[in-house]
Amino acid sequence: MITALHWQAIWLTLKLAAVTTAVLMLVATPLAWWLARTRSRLKQPLAALFALPLVLPPTVLGFYLLLLMGPHGPVGAFTQWLGIGTLPFTFTGLVIASVIYSLPFALQPAQTAFESLGPRPLEVAATLRAGPWDRAVHVALPLARNGLLSAAVLAFAHTIGEFGVVLMIGGNIPGATQVLSVTVFNHVEAMEYVEAHWLAGGMVAFSFTALLGLYALNRRAAPLSLVN
Amino acid sequence: MKRHLLGALLLAAASVLPAGASADAVNAAVAANFGGAIKRLAPLFAQKTGHTLVPSFGATGALYAQIRNGAPFDVFLSADDTTPRKLADGGGALADTQFVYARGRLALWSATPGSVDDKGEVLRRAAFTRLAIANPKTAPYGQAAIETLGALGLLERVQPLLVTGESIAQAQQFVASGNVPLGFIALGQVMALAPGERGSWWLVPAELHRPIDQAAVLLAGAKSPAAARAFLAFLQSPEAQEIIRGLGYDTPTSEATTP
Amino acid sequence: MANDPSIQARVLLEYPDFRLDVDLALPAAGVTVLFGHSGSGKTTLLRCLAGLERPRTARIVFRGAPWQAGPHFVPAHRRPIGYVFQEASLFPHLSARGNLEFARRRADPRDAGVDFAQAVELLGIGHLLQRRPAELSGGERQRVAIARALLIRPQLLLMDEPLASLDLPRKREVLPCLERLKAELGLPIVYVSHSPDEVARLADHLVVLEQGRALAAGPLAELLSRLDFPVHLGEDAGVVLEASVSERDARWHLAKVVFPGGELWVRDGGQALGERVRVRVLARDISLALGHHDDSSILNSLPVTVEAIGADQHPGLALVRLALGESRLVARVTQRSATHLALEPGKRVWAQIKSAALL
Repeated sequence: MITALHWQAIWLTLKLAAVTTAVLMLVATPLAWWLARTRSRLKQPLAALFALPLVLPPTVLGFYLLLLMGPHGPVGAFTQWLGIGTLPFTFTGLVIASVIYSLPFALQPAQTAFESLGPRPLEVAATLRAGPWDRAVHVALPLARNGLLSAAVLAFAHTIGEFGVVLMIGGNIPGATQVLSVTVFNHVEAMEYVEAHWLAGGMVAFSFTALLGLYALNRRAAPLSLVN
Repeated sequence: MKRHLLGALLLAAASVLPAGASADAVNAAVAANFGGAIKRLAPLFAQKTGHTLVPSFGATGALYAQIRNGAPFDVFLSADDTTPRKLADGGGALADTQFVYARGRLALWSATPGSVDDKGEVLRRAAFTRLAIANPKTAPYGQAAIETLGALGLLERVQPLLVTGESIAQAQQFVASGNVPLGFIALGQVMALAPGERGSWWLVPAELHRPIDQAAVLLAGAKSPAAARAFLAFLQSPEAQEIIRGLGYDTPTSEATTP
Repeated sequence: MANDPSIQARVLLEYPDFRLDVDLALPAAGVTVLFGHSGSGKTTLLRCLAGLERPRTARIVFRGAPWQAGPHFVPAHRRPIGYVFQEASLFPHLSARGNLEFARRRADPRDAGVDFAQAVELLGIGHLLQRRPAELSGGERQRVAIARALLIRPQLLLMDEPLASLDLPRKREVLPCLERLKAELGLPIVYVSHSPDEVARLADHLVVLEQGRALAAGPLAELLSRLDFPVHLGEDAGVVLEASVSERDARWHLAKVVFPGGELWVRDGGQALGERVRVRVLARDISLALGHHDDSSILNSLPVTVEAIGADQHPGLALVRLALGESRLVARVTQRSATHLALEPGKRVWAQIKSAALL
């Protein structure tokens, strides 16, 4: 029942989720650190901006990304100037879209983790000759480790389930953008319910296990507040 | 005396109303390529019958699946003639109401004028980075595109460059936004654009693919069967057929002379 | 000790409901205690010295190096300080050893200070090193925190009420470590406290703060012998004398301590001969007589000169400052007795000291 095309979709989906999560943790961690500590007036508007993907329909996101990354959009013009063509219908384009789509799911737990540290551990570190970078890496990161792990798991699971955005800018290209969620959709459209059941059921099982693991992780650490 | 007065009033009131009593809504499941035509047909239909057409667009296969699963449509305008028959075989439509309302033509289209020559050489040269088509499993035009490529012996070479849209409408959108340089769409979609914005296209010779006979049918679960039949009749009327021809489709009643 | 004003702290800091406004010159040697009740600004001042607070207007200079002057501000991690917080604040993700290593790794080995083994020995924490902070008692945590601060090899040690969150037994455990620290390291310490007992045992220099202002500042002995001491010490009023043990009487379990101007017999506390000690003599334990009496149970009777007489809290009482050579004592007597004995500055009387505590 599972064909080679399906395995390709499964592998692609996992690859997308892994790459997106890696990029996201690199982007979201310093961002969360800054948001947790800044008193700048930019904090509120920026926090709202980054939280947009939580409330916007994914198709809206996909639509704007299609325009922005297309040859007439600013991002598209830039990528063409770089000589790499345009990003829609490519794996790279999908990664960028996924990073934006899952950003708040990584940002919020990370920010909460950093905020709950309080000023004291960092003050202690400062009195022990630790500069800003030293404090961030050797004190804040280890203490916020559980929150950051939750952020990563959440971002990963969320990307696995991405659909609306992929629908808009994916183009159904096997091996590049034909992820599991779109494959399931295609099977349903074509009334191929057996295949749809296999894939959809597998995804449910995976997501459930991921969430179970996340909750087990958090039972050991401070309670995590999820903003949905 | 009073009863007579009441009766006279009712009669007078009834005579003012158009025949066929109150205005109904006709929920139509329409193949995505016919969108432009519907835009022009719906007001005319309302004017003539007082009924409102409420269209939902999608890929033929997708619409079929929805109807099979109980979606509340009155009529189905497919992009082929096999799907309505399949529906009728399963009891979802009335077979004797099926007729071909338009014969579709496939076009290779670019939003940029001068990009596609009128002999389709650009396709044979295969110098493009991507080519958009509709999902052949769910859209007859997508299937026709695959057949065309096969007939030209280009399928294997072009296969890795294909970008598949969920419907013919999304395929058009990929090309219109410039994200994909070329795409196979319905001629009807090209004609639905304003004259100055049609870009460039190659009309694919009809012999390169199976005929795209677009058939309409009354659905078994229609809530407003009378209004629905009125729409189907309207589709076959001379005015409607003229509009359909004007958008680049052939019609069963006459052969169109498209360039 | 040198009263060398090597820490200048002129600070103006304003919060919506609090204001700190001081201009102090503190010695960069010995222990300076910032004394006051809660809300007096002592912790805030300490944090300003550390660089953890940045007052809008301040001038903080340490041994000639400006830490804050005008727009120039040296952040905390660049000041050669060590800081001990009120709650030990050990890093929870590291063991005790890990906490100590954190400091040791960031210290410059060329700076003067203790090494790992010395710090561990001084604070008596050798058996605790593998444990996590959560497995340590309050007193143990505080000792690790102090060792950690020492391992950074600071030139100035700042301590914010390190004993405040400890119960009595734990305080008894940690206080001797602090006294050892002071005696053995010669590191200047600024110590925040609201405990007269800690002041008596540790302070060389005292700053009294109230509601963000410095009411008095000066050497301990001088300040404690002021009759107008700005904070009401009540039963704690009295002086602290720096003395050394000159004799021990094994038969009567007494020890004789000598200080500039006189000597006292006190209970033998086990100190060695020649050891330097502090002796606390409370005002309520001194009575005055016009003549020398050795027919009373009071062991110590010293010839003193009345320097000044001042009012006490209760209208029926008076405080009398007495000079004994270089040293000063403060006695509490009734107004009636003062009049009866015709006490006046310059008069020679005898101070009878009922008990004196060796600190």
